[in-house]
Amino acid sequence: MSMTYSYYKNMQLNNIIFVYQGEVTADLVSSILQMVENKLEGEGEDRKVKKRVFNVMVECLQNVYHHLDALPPTDASNPVRDKTALLMIGREERDYYIITGNHVLNDRIPDLKARLDRINRATKEELKQLYQEILTGTGFSEKGTAGLGMIDIARKSGQKLGYDFHPVNDKYSFFSLEARVSRIPEK
Amino acid sequence: MEALRIESTHKTPRVILDPENGIFEFSGRSIPEDSVGFYAPIFEWFDRYAKNPLPVTHVRFDLEYFNTSSSKNILELLKRLEAIHAAGHEVRVTWYYDEDDEDMEETGQDYQALLNLPIELSVKIQS
Repeated sequence: MSMTYSYYKNMQLNNIIFVYQGEVTADLVSSILQMVENKLEGEGEDRKVKKRVFNVMVECLQNVYHHLDALPPTDASNPVRDKTALLMIGREERDYYIITGNHVLNDRIPDLKARLDRINRATKEELKQLYQEILTGTGFSEKGTAGLGMIDIARKSGQKLGYDFHPVNDKYSFFSLEARVSRIPEK
Repeated sequence: MEALRIESTHKTPRVILDPENGIFEFSGRSIPEDSVGFYAPIFEWFDRYAKNPLPVTHVRFDLEYFNTSSSKNILELLKRLEAIHAAGHEVRVTWYYDEDDEDMEETGQDYQALLNLPIELSVKIQS
C-alpha cells in the first residue's frame, strides 16, 4: 500500500487528469470520453479548447481501438490475446496532452513512421490538402477506418505529433503517440 | 415515402428524414467506432428517396462533433444529394457551426470545395 501515495503524487506532479492501462473496448472508449468531457466541462475550460481536446481525444482513442496489434498469449492455459494499451490525458500550463501507447507489429513500423514524419513535415495548408485527398480518394480500410485519423489529430492539434517505438521483442514494439492541444485560444 | 427517424445517443446524431413534412436533419454528434454500420440505413433511405424526390430538398447539418470515419460517410451522403441535384431537382444544404468553431466551419468549406452542390454555411449565435 505504500506505493499509493507516490502514485498519487506522481500523477499530480505530471498534471495527469486521467490514466488507464488495460484492455481497450468500444464501451471503455465511450466511458472515458464521457468522463473526460464531464471533467473539462466542470473545470470551465474555454469552449473552443474543450472541443479541440475532445476531438483529438476521440481520434486518438479510436485509433488505438482500431489499430492496436494484440500480443499473442504468453500463457498456454490462458489463450486470450493481450489487447491492452495505455491511455493518458494531462493538462499543463500551456497545453493539454493526449498520450496513447499500444503494441504494434514491427513490420508496420516503417509505414507508420513514414506517415507520421510526412504529417509532421506538412504545413497547415498541406495537411488540409492531404486530408481532402484521402477523404475523396481511397475507400475504407478493412477495419472501417478512413486513414484520416492522424491527419485530423495533427490539424486540430496544430503542433507536431510526438511518437516513439520501444522494441519489445523481435515481433512487437510499443508505439506511443502524443498529441498536444494549446490552452491558449488563437485570436 | 416513409420517414426515417433515429434518436440521438452520446455517440450518434439525431436523424430526421421526413419528406412529408419536408424535414431533413442531422443534429448532435457523430463519433461512433462503427460509422459504416450507422450510416448504411441512411444511404439506403436516400437511394430510395432519389427515385422520387421532392421538388426541393433542404438538408440541415447541425453537428457538434464528428470523427474522421463519419466525415467520410458524410461526404458519401452529400454525394447522394449531389446526384439528386444533378438529376435536375433542387437540393440545398445548410451547414451550421458555432460562431467560435473554426474547425466545423472549415469542414463545411472543405465539403463546399469538393462538391457541386449549394452548401450554405450558417453561424449559430450563442445564446
